Amino acid sequence: MTVYILRRTMQACVVVFLITLLVFSGINLIGDPVDLLVTPDCDAACLDQAHQALGLDLPVHEQYFVFMGNLLTGDLGRSFVFGTPVGSLILDRLPATLELALSAFFLTIICGIPLGLWAGLKPHSISGRTIMAGSILGFSLPSFWVGIIFIMFFGVELGWLPVNGRGQTVEIGGMHFSIFTLNGLAHIILPAFNLALTQIALVIRLTFSGVRETIFMDFIKFARAKGLSPFRVIFVHLLKNIVIPIVTVLGLELGGLLAYSLVTETVFSWPGLGKLLIDSINLLDRPVVVSYLTLVVIAFIVINLVVDILYSVLDPRVRLQGAKA
Amino acid sequence: MSRGADGVTMLPGERGVQTPFRRFVSDYCESPLAVVAFFIAVVVLFIAIFSPWIAPTDPYDLKKLSILDNMLPPGSKSMSGTTFWLGTDALGRDMLSAIFYGLRTSILVAVSSAVAAQCIGIVVGLSAAYFGGIVDTLVMRLVDIKLGFPSILVALILLSILGPGVDKIIIALIVAQWPWYTRVMRSTALAERNREYIEAAQCLALGRARIVFRHLLPNCLPPMIVIGTVQVAHAVAIEATLSFLGLGLPPTEPSLGLLIANGFEFVLSGNYWISFFPGFALLIMIVSINLVGDQVREVLNPRLQR
Repeated sequence: MTVYILRRTMQACVVVFLITLLVFSGINLIGDPVDLLVTPDCDAACLDQAHQALGLDLPVHEQYFVFMGNLLTGDLGRSFVFGTPVGSLILDRLPATLELALSAFFLTIICGIPLGLWAGLKPHSISGRTIMAGSILGFSLPSFWVGIIFIMFFGVELGWLPVNGRGQTVEIGGMHFSIFTLNGLAHIILPAFNLALTQIALVIRLTFSGVRETIFMDFIKFARAKGLSPFRVIFVHLLKNIVIPIVTVLGLELGGLLAYSLVTETVFSWPGLGKLLIDSINLLDRPVVVSYLTLVVIAFIVINLVVDILYSVLDPRVRLQGAKA
Repeated sequence: MSRGADGVTMLPGERGVQTPFRRFVSDYCESPLAVVAFFIAVVVLFIAIFSPWIAPTDPYDLKKLSILDNMLPPGSKSMSGTTFWLGTDALGRDMLSAIFYGLRTSILVAVSSAVAAQCIGIVVGLSAAYFGGIVDTLVMRLVDIKLGFPSILVALILLSILGPGVDKIIIALIVAQWPWYTRVMRSTALAERNREYIEAAQCLALGRARIVFRHLLPNCLPPMIVIGTVQVAHAVAIEATLSFLGLGLPPTEPSLGLLIANGFEFVLSGNYWISFFPGFALLIMIVSINLVGDQVREVLNPRLQR
């Protein structure tokens, strides 16, 4: 087990190195950000000065070493556009994205698993079929368009919910959160649902197929024959056995939520990390783009690592396979 | 879904001429929904290919645009008398024609990237299965690393490096999608390699290349077709999303995603049609491709014992 974790961690480090290299050298191939920042009447000397101030006069590989050295000490550089350290910029936006992603995650669990269970237990009923057909739709709908439809319907037509930004926030430990105010809660409902929709569809299908496979197993028959209440059979015996693949996928999809929050944040003008990235790409704000992508890559690799390890802890069969390899 | 013991319903007198293709078609037609989806997909494809000839107007011919026709709701008449069935956008372009042209771009990008990714997947997956050992380990490690990231994120990273453009987004989609094909190809090829017909071919002392390309490869294709349809739908959605974010296609070649993005700023003022209809076209396209893919998988799945 220790060997497995060590090997996976080393592999993860190599991937981080390769991807930072790719992103950093790639970003350096497109556009000179100085052109956007200086006034039009800036001459060659003024351009040189601007390059020097931003550290762009160094060769690319030296810039990369400076960047990596700073990264290891926790310094992500300074945004060209805002002029503030990238680290504090990202920390500033992080709570918004986290609370959006976690709300969506919560919605995924409380909607996906019950609906999937219901459809799995009653696959031929109208409600079961409707749920499964709905889940296909949930997969197919492009999430940004659903967001726009939400805005049109709930925001503009019905006027029930706000569709723009985070609303009122409270400060807790130096970070701003909106889920703790009533106004903020109203603001998060639509984006969170929008972000969760694909995941809900996925969890419904996983739970459904899990139930369909497990319900005919002998231990379920035995539990029923023993005279246990249907409630206990479903929520203890059945659910316990189908939960492993769901946990894995949910863990992996936490990363997916992070990625798709880009889209939802753009649609709902949610001031989170995703919106920061898209704005920074358009403004060629190199340090922000590179740092953000590096952090996301690291986050993903850590999530994958944790899920893999969790999986082998939860399911002894995986552990055996890993030991053999 | 219950079926007769025979598994295939046949008309009298047809028994002698049952080819695999016919069986496939008759199995496929069991689901009316899938048949409808197939026809919708064909119509969408037809529109995409022939859009310059069947679109009511050319939305990108600046001479024919009249700014006086801008933001007309669906069904209104233009200054010159033509009807805009789906309304017009901020520049007075007919939305119906813009959607036809957008479909063309979306399908071009999705299909060409899917075909290229599929070719890479077949070659790489087949070599991984055939050579085994270090090649296999390397390829699968690479595939696993890539599959650890959502396709949209990979495409986004690449596009933030490469910048917008049709060729760039096709490259990004290929990079984002080849591992899916490779993994399916490898696992299918590994399973098929140990089947009796390969052994028989080896006993006949056929050449290696002949065994791989004439015997192994064709038998690995059904799962590739299934994953191909699903991935085309996926590619359409990713391309639309990236274009919506302003990272995909340049404004000179508007796909459906860009049309939706253009209409987005008018949604809050209640002008729903500019965003709604392109999105609806996108939805119809994706759902129909997915339904076709689902039914093809049902029909081709050997585990369902047809």
